[in-house]
Amino acid sequence: MSTKLEKWIKSNTFHHSQFFDQMELLKQKEKTGLTISLCIPTLNEEATIGKEIVIFRSELMERYPLVDEIAVIDSGSTDKTLEVASSFGADTYFAGDILPEQGHKRGKGENLWKAIHQLKGDIICYVDADIKNIHPRFCYGLVAPLLYRPEVHYVKAFYDRPLAFSQGIRPSGGGRVTEILVRPLFSLFYPELTGLVQPLSGEYAVRREVLERIPFPIGYGVETSHIMDVYKQWGLEAFGQTDLDKRVHRNQETLSLGKMSFGILQSFLGRMKGMGMEGDLPEMHNILRQFQAVDQRYEQKLFEIVEEERPPMIDIPQYREKMGY
Amino acid sequence: MTELLDALPDLRERLAGRRELLLANAVMFSEIPSHTFEEAERARFMMDRLIEAGCQNVSTDELGNAVGIHPGKTGKRNILVSAHLDTPFAKSVDHAVQVNPDSIVGPSIMDNSLGLAAVVTLPTLLEQLGIELNDNLVLLGSTRSMGKGDIEGMRFFLENNQLPMRAGVLCEGATLGRLSYSSLGVIRGTIDCQVKRGATGLAAGGAIPVLNRLMTKMLEIPLPQDPVTQLIMGSIYGGTTYNTTARDAHLLFEIRSEGAGVASEIFEQIEAVVAETSSMTGAMADLKKVGNRKNNSISFNHPLVRGARRILKALEVEDHAAPSTGELSTLLGRDIPSLVIGLTNGEHRHDYNETIEIEPIFAGLAQLITLLQAIDGGYCDVDEA
Repeated sequence: MSTKLEKWIKSNTFHHSQFFDQMELLKQKEKTGLTISLCIPTLNEEATIGKEIVIFRSELMERYPLVDEIAVIDSGSTDKTLEVASSFGADTYFAGDILPEQGHKRGKGENLWKAIHQLKGDIICYVDADIKNIHPRFCYGLVAPLLYRPEVHYVKAFYDRPLAFSQGIRPSGGGRVTEILVRPLFSLFYPELTGLVQPLSGEYAVRREVLERIPFPIGYGVETSHIMDVYKQWGLEAFGQTDLDKRVHRNQETLSLGKMSFGILQSFLGRMKGMGMEGDLPEMHNILRQFQAVDQRYEQKLFEIVEEERPPMIDIPQYREKMGY
Repeated sequence: MTELLDALPDLRERLAGRRELLLANAVMFSEIPSHTFEEAERARFMMDRLIEAGCQNVSTDELGNAVGIHPGKTGKRNILVSAHLDTPFAKSVDHAVQVNPDSIVGPSIMDNSLGLAAVVTLPTLLEQLGIELNDNLVLLGSTRSMGKGDIEGMRFFLENNQLPMRAGVLCEGATLGRLSYSSLGVIRGTIDCQVKRGATGLAAGGAIPVLNRLMTKMLEIPLPQDPVTQLIMGSIYGGTTYNTTARDAHLLFEIRSEGAGVASEIFEQIEAVVAETSSMTGAMADLKKVGNRKNNSISFNHPLVRGARRILKALEVEDHAAPSTGELSTLLGRDIPSLVIGLTNGEHRHDYNETIEIEPIFAGLAQLITLLQAIDGGYCDVDEA
């Protein structure tokens, strides 16, 4: 492991318990004068969204006003996600209503991108809506490094620390797609980024000046491409990561992970091309082929997965006008 | 007291505006496993909350009870406000809670995470509402309340606590309108049956037929209808699989009665049944008493009960008397006028889908705060009523 990476891991890896004293955190926030928005992207999350809003509002707005707004940005839920979120006091938005001039694309990345335009905070903390063991640490653990360390711009969550066992490292450290796709890719092309324990985690807090300057794939590749783009523009030092202990969520089926991997590969290879790191890559197809057994034969299932991408928000005229740029 | 009653509708409204504070505490308590004898993590959380709320002397005792004092203006007298920390759910149970617009669902949300949430949120609510009491509030999360715990936590607290209590209010998640001012005599017991290899007669069939005979005999014991007395067969387990004679079988039971000494009389008869069955079948049957609570009560017309009824009436909530089988017995046994109150409506008690309704909680909280104000104001004292 390079000395630089070792140094980064030591100085930029945090544990949420370091920031347990939220009164101190609040004082630090006031000192920096920064405002914080909490964004929860949703699509049919009625079972878990109520609890998230209740806990975040109580602990992060009423008890300690660390967060200035809590917003749910929805892709078009057909269940009661928005009704439940709104009943507990969250600001709720349909992504299609934000920046209507830019059209509406369906995908988590779209919600994250549109949140930059809609929300007011200098820092935006994104937290997924499907966390069963939600706790305020999922927000303050990520925001705190940004309040204390001005050189850090992008803080990722990780959970379930990879532990050393007699037969090596416990593979669940970073999740299945991370360990069999993203980490091998980073190891090949961006070894310094392998220090991120869970590059695909859905929880991260980022400064506005970074968010508005990076493009947003709207599908599965959003987290991977963020990391590559932030690394290219701001370097390894811009990253921080916080151990949030345990996160309980729905487990995805292997076939779903295949789709996710396909989207991530598209974004990854597209970035390599953009950075001039590829040789002669042929044109990439956007059809994923998976197989399933039907009676005595195997049937091919085709999925079109197109990693469409939103440009940096700062290039959008309506945003520039709103922000007075 | 009329002033307090007149203020109730407004108080309920103002409490509804602070909904998230209470609900978040209820959810967080509920998601911390706290099986009886394993309450330490919940007690830690309770202490954190009490410290954050500015309570004094926040600590735990040898039995893990969590306690803190919300100081009153004069602090000359003390009112105990308590909820039990333990649940019947093992750590392995999924403790995730679901919050819906009108209800919350999850193991222990009703019994008794909501009660605990009310206790720890009280100091913050009183401060935000600008309510100052003269008396200290002693805020307690008691351990070992359920099952084999046999309310040891509360017993220990009262035996060792140096503060004289003017009154006690025990908070339960459900049901709103419940007023418990008497405690039933309760004896809990276990019977462990074992048979040896090569046993003959009924015991040759294993421990389960022996236990079955025992239960039949127990159910033949005549129970008085007045005072109301019940024998509850709570749980049976034994053996290992389909095709192997069970070597052991176990029964958990409870006798409860409104009559003084009746539960003890029934228990003595069960002792005789166990001895007889043991001797006739050749099986080993071992009877143990794991809990014993005496009948205690204050009268229906005690000023504390009257005051509580007036508060419920002003809230347009129908009151109903429900004798307690829990900690109330210990408090009343020490001549501390006390009540158990319920905070909302709920269902599926002790199931994985325990459910509470959100809306009635604010009436429940208004009831609690007004009752404390009434005690503090002397409206519930025998000599001043």
